[in-house]
Amino acid sequence: MSGQHHRETEPYAAIRTKAIESLLIEKGLFTGDAIDAQIQAYEKDIGPMNGAKVVARAWVDSGYRERLLVNGREAISEMGFADTQGAELVVLENTPAVQNVVVCTLCSCYPWSVLGLPPTWYKSFAYRSRVVIEPRKVLKEFGLELDDSVEVRVWDSNSDVRYMILPKRPDGTENMSEDELVELVSRDSMVGVAQAKSPAQVS
Amino acid sequence: MNGVHDMGGMHGFGPIEVEDNEPLFHDPWEGRVRAMRATLPGVHSPYGGRFFIESIRPDLYLKSGYYERWLLSFEDALLKKGLLTAEELDEKTRFYRENPDAEVPRGEDTEVASLGATLYPRRARREHDGSGIVPRFGIGDSVKVGNININGHTRLPRYVRGRVGTVAKLYSSQNIQDHVPESEKGPQPVYSVEFEGRELWGDTAESNHVLYIDMWESYLEPASGGLDQ
Repeated sequence: MSGQHHRETEPYAAIRTKAIESLLIEKGLFTGDAIDAQIQAYEKDIGPMNGAKVVARAWVDSGYRERLLVNGREAISEMGFADTQGAELVVLENTPAVQNVVVCTLCSCYPWSVLGLPPTWYKSFAYRSRVVIEPRKVLKEFGLELDDSVEVRVWDSNSDVRYMILPKRPDGTENMSEDELVELVSRDSMVGVAQAKSPAQVS
Repeated sequence: MNGVHDMGGMHGFGPIEVEDNEPLFHDPWEGRVRAMRATLPGVHSPYGGRFFIESIRPDLYLKSGYYERWLLSFEDALLKKGLLTAEELDEKTRFYRENPDAEVPRGEDTEVASLGATLYPRRARREHDGSGIVPRFGIGDSVKVGNININGHTRLPRYVRGRVGTVAKLYSSQNIQDHVPESEKGPQPVYSVEFEGRELWGDTAESNHVLYIDMWESYLEPASGGLDQ
């Protein structure tokens, strides 16, 4: 760990973590390098940029879109993203008539291979408890107000299956390239609590 | 288990707080706990890290942050597996409290250092190939969720128990991950079951809302009572 000058204020959790890491390394169970490498993988190899590339490809290539909706795991591997969780990946398409949204009420299941580690709000008690009983109210808090005619489908991710949302392609993007479209795909739109951004929102 | 972690449908947790440009970890120790657990996944066998998290006392669970729960449960697993003793852990904690600038050792990258990955590997999670397993239900079947209360790990949340839904998808078989007798372990068909909002939440349900959840076959029975006999 890097040197810090206010170590006397270290929280108990930080001290306890050092104690555990130190003992496990002394016992030869792993090295500090192995732990660093794992953290690097979280920081560099996975993240919502992977999912954004998958979505943009599906928007421009209807054959890819079909394959993605039929077998998510195989389709993301075409893009070079390995499924490290050993779970089925189900991709659900949002349309003008249907808004899908994903939660894990029991814990924090999340499609890491395409979205990285989940944000704190996804793991929060408020989101886990509320989105299954009042999804429209929750989506409104995220700034997404839906007409009553839109069916809201909430997916509680409780098995080894992982769910990712394919958001609607925004209007006015017909002339944009795949690389430009990637910029419109937010993490939240792939969880289902937001729509993809409009070109005006990113310019 | 009927714990506080099973919070689907609970009231009272307030608005959802969203942090803009949230860092991956808010403090370096969070990343190290996560990475240590990932490096020794088998430490949590046979029911996985989640069971240790769910076993945190409810009052402590609710007042701990996400990675604090990971830390508490990792420590619990290490002690239960005999990889650490409470005495050495407390002694080492005291050492780092009294010597805040002391470095954590790096260890040598020898064969011994890969001991953990060999002894505590990740259990195979990939779905079963399904050979020889004939699903009891088909897409469109009406199913009722059993009123099953397991005092141990389960993937069956309270809010769907006893409710009637419709089979929407049939997935590959997965091993049951619940605390069930040895004779009931092994792969089962897993279904995505759709529930109407009103079936789950009665008159308070929001309009035009459905919920899907994955159900291992043993969670389900035919809804219409005996029609499939």
